[in-house]
Amino acid sequence: MATIAQRAAPRGTRPALPNWLAPWVGVLAVLALFELVSRTELISSEYFPPVSDMFAALGGLVVTGGFWTAVGQTLQGWALGLGIAMLIAVPAGILIGSGRLLYRSLRAVIEFLRPIPSVALIPLAVLVYGSGLESKVFLAAFAATWPLLMQTLYGVQDVDPIATDTARSFGFGRGARLRRVTLPSAVPYIATGVRISSAVALILAVTAELVIGAPGLGREINVARQGGAVDDMYGLIIATGLLGWALNALFTRVERRVLHWHPSHRPGEEVGA
Amino acid sequence: MLHVEHLKKTYGEGVRAVEAIGDVSLEIRENELVCIVGPSGCGKTTLLKCMSGLLPPTSGEVRLGDERVSGPPERMALVFQEYSRSLYPWMTVRQNVAFPLKRKRLGKDEARRLVEEAVGSVGLSGALDRYPWQLSGGMQQRVAIARALAYQPDILLMDEPFASVDAQTRADLEDLVLEVRRRYGVTIVFVTHDIDESVYLSDRIMVLTPSPTEVQEVLTVDLPQPRDQVATKELPEFAHLRGHVWRSIKRRQADEDAGGAAAPHVTSAG
Amino acid sequence: MRRERLLGGALEIAVPILLLVLWGVWSSASDTYYFPPLTDILTTFRETWLFDRFGSDVVPSLVRLGLGFGLACVAGVVLGMALGLHPTLRRLTDPVVQFLRSIPPPALLPFGILVMGVGNSMKVFIIAFVCVWPVLLNTIDGVAGVDPTLRETSRVYGVTSRDRLFHVTLPAATPQVFAGMRTSLSLALILMVISEMVASTNGIGYFVLQSQRTFAIPEMWSGILLLGILGYVLNAGFVLIERRVLRWHRGARASSLS
Repeated sequence: MATIAQRAAPRGTRPALPNWLAPWVGVLAVLALFELVSRTELISSEYFPPVSDMFAALGGLVVTGGFWTAVGQTLQGWALGLGIAMLIAVPAGILIGSGRLLYRSLRAVIEFLRPIPSVALIPLAVLVYGSGLESKVFLAAFAATWPLLMQTLYGVQDVDPIATDTARSFGFGRGARLRRVTLPSAVPYIATGVRISSAVALILAVTAELVIGAPGLGREINVARQGGAVDDMYGLIIATGLLGWALNALFTRVERRVLHWHPSHRPGEEVGA
Repeated sequence: MLHVEHLKKTYGEGVRAVEAIGDVSLEIRENELVCIVGPSGCGKTTLLKCMSGLLPPTSGEVRLGDERVSGPPERMALVFQEYSRSLYPWMTVRQNVAFPLKRKRLGKDEARRLVEEAVGSVGLSGALDRYPWQLSGGMQQRVAIARALAYQPDILLMDEPFASVDAQTRADLEDLVLEVRRRYGVTIVFVTHDIDESVYLSDRIMVLTPSPTEVQEVLTVDLPQPRDQVATKELPEFAHLRGHVWRSIKRRQADEDAGGAAAPHVTSAG
Repeated sequence: MRRERLLGGALEIAVPILLLVLWGVWSSASDTYYFPPLTDILTTFRETWLFDRFGSDVVPSLVRLGLGFGLACVAGVVLGMALGLHPTLRRLTDPVVQFLRSIPPPALLPFGILVMGVGNSMKVFIIAFVCVWPVLLNTIDGVAGVDPTLRETSRVYGVTSRDRLFHVTLPAATPQVFAGMRTSLSLALILMVISEMVASTNGIGYFVLQSQRTFAIPEMWSGILLLGILGYVLNAGFVLIERRVLRWHRGARASSLS
């Protein structure tokens, strides 16, 4: 989803605050507000320390090796989960999307399996894979497969029939049509799907760490809370948020580049986990 | 009734400024139907938007009667070219036509009567409770016209309203406009790029120059009323006027292409 | 052509049934502890959820879900309209919104537990806090993206600000708003389950995890099945409502595409 600030101001109005400055003012204002809320004990500082303390804790964590190990573990689970999802969902989506009968056979199955919250499978994952990386990857991959599958399906099905007819009239066979018309046309949808799936994979990875105790940022957050290291807990949450934000920004960039020639015309976003 | 004095409109600033309208002065009299024609891209729509108060001019003035136009005036209604985007898709025809009447604080019965009469006068009484997207393009534009009529304006501006409609429907709609003018006595300013249409409909034609736009010529159209799609177009006068407007536009374009901007000249009564 | 359609229709019904039967057969034949026979699961399902544990687990879960989702929708739409109509406010709040929505929701649970304990209010708060973002962002998109011709029409006919807000902007934004709500609904279900697994003594999520820990495998599967059904029913129900409310939108889009 595009950054909400990227909308032109109505013609003729002069913003009171220059455009480039406004976001920073907003951030500072919110930080100042939270700082105040804590220091005046509006929310007990035992549970909600001043923002400055949170960032100090984060600063302290960033220099420890353990922190980066945790980041690496989270990213590992995320990357493996997303990778597996891509390996399964994209070919499957292309296959199912290209075959009318195949699609109709599987449509009901997909529509029923899709809304199952992947988190419901956490206990199953623990049973079968234990409390480590495998569980995390299984859950992340399962959850991330669905949005990508659906997007790939839409992309393949949404190919302009005129484009394929044109190719057919020039004598292109099925395989060539798939490679040269269908796939390029579906790529923007797939890019959107990858972005959504990336976010989903991260969520499930952190969930597994939190609920099952798989190694990673999620587990560190829980450990910090249980051990009473409140500042550290918040610092870790901020770090996790920054990680999520960075990944999202990265994939949005990629998506936008891939999408730049395509008329903006995509089905609504969905989180399928 | 509507006076435009030395209107100028520039988009953007500095080096990248685009002067859409250079210097336009014109006058629309009560009860007349004036067509504004010009080559593509000559700022016809910009002119109309300035005249209606939707766009503020860079300099110059628009007056409706004695009052300066600084925003859409209450006595004025506007029919857009893109009818599918100007009718509210979540409202029925009836609701669409009735919507602007809320401002006028009429009684419920009075409003209802106005709506039904307006929709009836465009021939769509059967479609009152349907949605705009269930109707054809020509019918949707009729709804837009009905909405403008129910509003009971003194002056009606129309921005290439039939450009997106097929030729036969366009002929019917042109006759509808004439009928509306006859019945309600409303002043109409009609922007179009279709020269035949402009000669067929108008009492006076204003020809615009290419960008930066000025008024090149104002012609009086003396064709007999009531106009007829076949009979009027068979008259030699029709062909003559049509040719005149054509040449006027083409000659100006040729001048432009040759690199010299000829000074605008006004012939005949204006 | 017709033959293909009939075949397609037959497959649509036959294949799912076939798969179910295959699952039933395979699970009965094989002896894996973790994958009990389908018949066992179904029996346990009936015993547990109809209606033994319905009141003690399903109802609290649904209440939390409903409250959290409802709060998120109201807050998202109200804030979204405010931000959608005021570009300066939007620019001010954009980075904060982008950051907060990027925090993976489970990371917020410890925060919730710390500040609000393990009660219902914490779960409702977390669900609402996470689910507000899709609604908010979509509302902003919907409000800011109203067709300029529609806006100009409103200006020409002198529509009052109040009328413009309720009769133009809000209906025009509704398709986007509903898209955001649909995303939020599936998020709400996920958050409900996670929060119950981590910090609860009742609820479907709690039940499923507990069953796993006490090795009550058929019960665990029955819970998973219930969650799947719940997810499907909620989504289908929402789509039905959306279809009714947005009848005009589908019609308008269809006619503009043809």
